[in-house]
Amino acid sequence: MAIIPPPGTDHGDLVDATLLAPAEAPDGSAGPLTAAKPRSMLVRGWEVFAENRLALVGIAVVLFMVLFCFVGPLIYKTNQVTTNLNDALCTPSGSHLLGCDNLGYDQLGRLMIGGQTSLEVGVAAAIVSVLFGTLYGAVSGFVGGVVDSFLMRVVDAGLSIPYITLIIILSVAFHPNKLIMIFIIAVFYWLGVARLIRGETLTLRTREYVQAVKIIGGRSSRAVLRHIVPNAIGTIIVQATFAVADSILILSALGFLGLGVQAPTTDWGSMLSGGLNYLQSSQNYWWLIYPAGIAIILTCIAVNFIGDALRDAFETRLQRR
Amino acid sequence: MIGYLVRRVGQSLIVLFFVTVITLGLVHIFPGGPIRAMLGPRATVQQVAYNNHLYGFDRPFYIQYLKWVGQLLHGNLGFSAKLNLSVTSLIAQDLPKTIVLVALGTIVSLVFGIPLGMYQAVKRYTVGDYVLTGVSFLGYAAPTFFVALLLVEWFAVDTHVFPPFAPQSTSVLQILSQPRALVLPVVSYAFVLYALWSRFMRSSVMDNLVQDYVRTARAKGASERRVLWGHIFRNSLISIVTLLGLTLPTLVAGAIFIEVVFNYPGMGLAFYQAALNVDYQVLLGFTLLATVATILGNLLADISYAVLDPRVRYS
Repeated sequence: MAIIPPPGTDHGDLVDATLLAPAEAPDGSAGPLTAAKPRSMLVRGWEVFAENRLALVGIAVVLFMVLFCFVGPLIYKTNQVTTNLNDALCTPSGSHLLGCDNLGYDQLGRLMIGGQTSLEVGVAAAIVSVLFGTLYGAVSGFVGGVVDSFLMRVVDAGLSIPYITLIIILSVAFHPNKLIMIFIIAVFYWLGVARLIRGETLTLRTREYVQAVKIIGGRSSRAVLRHIVPNAIGTIIVQATFAVADSILILSALGFLGLGVQAPTTDWGSMLSGGLNYLQSSQNYWWLIYPAGIAIILTCIAVNFIGDALRDAFETRLQRR
Repeated sequence: MIGYLVRRVGQSLIVLFFVTVITLGLVHIFPGGPIRAMLGPRATVQQVAYNNHLYGFDRPFYIQYLKWVGQLLHGNLGFSAKLNLSVTSLIAQDLPKTIVLVALGTIVSLVFGIPLGMYQAVKRYTVGDYVLTGVSFLGYAAPTFFVALLLVEWFAVDTHVFPPFAPQSTSVLQILSQPRALVLPVVSYAFVLYALWSRFMRSSVMDNLVQDYVRTARAKGASERRVLWGHIFRNSLISIVTLLGLTLPTLVAGAIFIEVVFNYPGMGLAFYQAALNVDYQVLLGFTLLATVATILGNLLADISYAVLDPRVRYS
């Protein structure tokens, strides 16, 4: 799993637990059981999650991809630094299992190196945008009033600009490396997260335990960081998961247009971009297209499966309460 | 209703103001400023300074903004120095072609997505449903350009059924007169949208099937077909209209990739080329146009929702 919730959240909150305890008691069969053996929300979530076979397949695929990209190059050693035009476009054989691209890079090794970029940027962009979006949304929803209206109109404006045009302009301006790429993707992506978390905050801030923080003299920052954000953690984790898949897709889209990370760094989308040029030629260079495309699709479907299952897991938790 | 309209339009105007500020701000993110980006690294400091003065980039931001908005209100979206063409005439030339592509793709995706999504909801958890769910999952996860690449590989390179390029022509009529060349761009564009509609229709119809009004209709003896098409379909249509308005940014984004893969001479391709050339006036004009279209789309979606669904109006 890529996204690990911050430590401390799995214990629940002190105020939260005491106020919610009476509500659980008249709940019939589930009540005494949970009262006798209080299990953390993450453990219960994991039980529901593990029942979902698609999600386990998803985790297996993601684990495989991570091993393939990060451990693979240690076993299957290839030259991904210098070009070798003698091998340009060579067909798959014993020495090059998936053939070579137009510059003589071994395609299987390239798939691993490109995968590193795609996964790293995907996960990092997801973390950055979800962190920022969560804080922005939570503050906006918690403060409310004119500030909320202003902050949300900014989000509306950002979401009205078709994201791909925005990202293309940013890429053209900055000739991104991996690090800049993360921020270019996050600049767009946090907007949706912010809107969602703000909606969640609007319901959470009326809860008794948030009111209680105010009454006992806790600061707003404490209410937001220790009470509202931890209680929205389900939504946040689900969003983060989908954000990983979306970020990988956005990165590959930019790479395909030739505006992604700059050579010699590559990613799965940039590899496809190379394939486009050789599509029209008489020979069938299938190894330039299928491996990278299938890697993108597999990873994104797997991550989406995990996200779907996580959403089910957290929703069921709420229903059982 | 009138109050709702006024409030909603007012909100859109505020968003429009923010959008124009952000868009003009985008010009200034180019390292060294827009003129340096346009003239390239070889331009002398004097040339850059001269052009900065010529285009007014040496003035304060709010003056630039007011002048720019003043020009916009007169229908002047800027001038492309690279193409030696005003952005307005570039749009007039390319926009109709993109509209043809987007409209055809959307219609095709709706024609397949709505009935198949309803079929999935009625026959849920059967083999047919699982197969179609798999197809739409592919549509969600597969990048548009990869779908397009595969279609070219299979139907143009391997089997020569369709040409690999979109119709190359400056007029809409000539593009429409080459339907064979339009098939691959439209199909690959429609595939991703199909996933969206069919997933949505499936869940929407499944929600509606257990509603009271459906039971009432059945109790009154309406045939299953009438319940499905006369009652559930019409209710789901409301949300489809909204979704159409909200997906406008996606539509624009999809068009860029399709146009690049198939070399379709529309707005997306022009935008892409402007990006490669750092033709910032074109980038600015196109972004603004797409954004205004999105805001209008959202506004129309909300209004049509309020008109079609009385519950929205009175809540």
